[in-house]
Amino acid sequence: MSKIKITFEKLKELNKSALIPFITAGDPSPTETVSLMNTLVENGADMIELGIPFSDPMADGPVIQRASERALKNKVGIKDTIKLAKDFRKKNKETPLILMGYANPIEAIGVENFISLIKEAQIDGVITVDYPPEESKEFVKKLNKEKIDSIFLISPTTEDERIKLIAKQASGFLYYVSLKGVTGAANIDIEQVSKNVKNIQKYSELPVAVGFGVRDPKTAKAVSEISDGVVIGSRIVREIEESDEIEIISNVKKLMHSMKTAIDSSSV
Amino acid sequence: MQPYNLPDEFGHFGQFGGTFVAETLIEALDELKEMYSKYKDDPEFVAEFHSDLKHFVGRPSPIYFAERLTKQAGGAKIYLKREDLNHTGAHKVNNTVGQALLAKRMGKPRVIAETGAGQHGVATATIAARLGLECVVYMGSEDVKRQSPNVYRMKLLGATVVPVESGSKTLKDALNEALRDWVTNVSNTFYIIGTVAGPHPYPMMVRDFNSVVGRECLDQMPEIANKQPDVVIACVGGGSNAMGIFYPYIEHKNVKLIGVEAAGEGIETGKHAAPLTSESKIGVLHGNRTYLMQNSEGQIIETHSVSAGLDYPGVGPEHSWLKDSGRASYVAIKDDEALEAFHNLCQVEGIIPALETSHALAYAQKLAADMSPEEVILVNLSGRGDKDINTVANISGISL
Ligand SMILES: Cc1ncc(COP(=O)(O)O)c(C=O)c1O
Repeated sequence: MSKIKITFEKLKELNKSALIPFITAGDPSPTETVSLMNTLVENGADMIELGIPFSDPMADGPVIQRASERALKNKVGIKDTIKLAKDFRKKNKETPLILMGYANPIEAIGVENFISLIKEAQIDGVITVDYPPEESKEFVKKLNKEKIDSIFLISPTTEDERIKLIAKQASGFLYYVSLKGVTGAANIDIEQVSKNVKNIQKYSELPVAVGFGVRDPKTAKAVSEISDGVVIGSRIVREIEESDEIEIISNVKKLMHSMKTAIDSSSV
Repeated sequence: MQPYNLPDEFGHFGQFGGTFVAETLIEALDELKEMYSKYKDDPEFVAEFHSDLKHFVGRPSPIYFAERLTKQAGGAKIYLKREDLNHTGAHKVNNTVGQALLAKRMGKPRVIAETGAGQHGVATATIAARLGLECVVYMGSEDVKRQSPNVYRMKLLGATVVPVESGSKTLKDALNEALRDWVTNVSNTFYIIGTVAGPHPYPMMVRDFNSVVGRECLDQMPEIANKQPDVVIACVGGGSNAMGIFYPYIEHKNVKLIGVEAAGEGIETGKHAAPLTSESKIGVLHGNRTYLMQNSEGQIIETHSVSAGLDYPGVGPEHSWLKDSGRASYVAIKDDEALEAFHNLCQVEGIIPALETSHALAYAQKLAADMSPEEVILVNLSGRGDKDINTVANISGISL
């Protein structure tokens, strides 16, 4: 069973929702990525999403775009992202680690090569934003062969027939994009999200995590009550961007703590 | 001979093309596919499209025998398809009229567009004004500077121009930003893409709307030149003017098709915008798989061209297919060669061409010299150069 699946099952027994923070590898600098990841885990992260920097992140809002630009300035691309993940794994063998990125860097280093590198780094899942199921059948097959989960996005506009199609190809969990828009955009409508998550659950046994608009503890709590996982991306990346260098770790710690407390106070 | 019937239903031209977008856009693309296939052969839609092209755009555009240019080159006869005479000054308007009519049919009150040189932005703003649609145009902040007359033109037409500050601040970044807008406002917004790139069905749809150019040529050439051309030449940024004139000629196997990319300061300097000529790797950007200028880890690299409209790291997927299949060939022309051709056409023929088009002209002159006077070259004169006079003056050290 995959580490991602095990984690969700354990949480389910405790009636809890997963806290899944996102950061971009190499932001603010490659030397800080692993300590940031450790900070996330120490402060309640059940899994980590690590963003692969890309020059043209078309599904991301300005905050994560800038993180990508900073990382690329630091010369961190897909290979260094995987190296950083590997460094993280030296000490942490348990926390599920998910890479999130775009198709081009993966294809540029070669799909086979990518998969063998992430296997070595003990990565548990991959989200490729611009690989819809129709265009990624081979890729998913290859990931499955190595027991790496392929996580797919489902959006508010995804119709039921498509949800079925996506669920069939997905493993690990389904990632529900809580709003029409890019990462970090406007506040989300909890009622709508709740309805759509329930709808997705009709078609799939996979856990459903929700992301793209969770910015504060109150929303995190509300989302945790209606889903199996809460992804927090832009809010954390913004904290990294806005903090003085020496305060990044302590500020991220505080932020994670407030999110975790909110989620733990919820009754699923 | 097998008829040419690409793309397939998933938008693939062989290994190129496709639909590489975030899930949020899939529904919108499915709706667009459905609507486009419903209307593209609908007699009323087609009649309205052609009526607008005739009465609003001024089609058909003439083909003009460039006699003095021909004499100067000293070989094949050079004919120019005068897309510069269209309303708004370039071929871009053909596609814009088509997509805007579709937007109207789909009940979308708001249209958005990306633009490089500003020609597509102006064309979109123009049609939006005419149809009473709200219009937002994304333009890299570098291009806003380079193409200021077009920025003002769009504003006069009632459009909002949003300068894009991310990435390299040019056309590719404008496209990213337009896609982000579309994802956000998908229910009330139609995205009018300006070239044969983007996810399926855009490369096919933009080609279809622009192919009025090539179809007219098929009729006009026998009249004016007594034959079909031996060679058709067009500049290639994303590749819409080239696809527009190439497409109806694809099955005319003895007509050579040549696309001209921007070699910038020279292919060997790396400062260019010529993914096909420089043998870039295949990759995925803006929703399709195609040849793409990128580094070894798949980051898109900055392009360079004196002409904003060619300053794009990718190329429409159908061109990648035409190149690999050998049906078309691709060459590149440097900034200084294009500038020379620009000045030359002004002085020899009394036509101020767009800098993009000047790349095609420069190559046509070179090629004509190696051909015989019985042979015929047809150049797609994709646009007029009024928008470029500031750029050209600057380069010549003149302030206007
Ligand atoms: C006059 C003109 N020609 C050519 C182009 C390049 O676009 P495409 O390759 O899609 O024809 C542009 C783009 O702005 C243009 O304005």
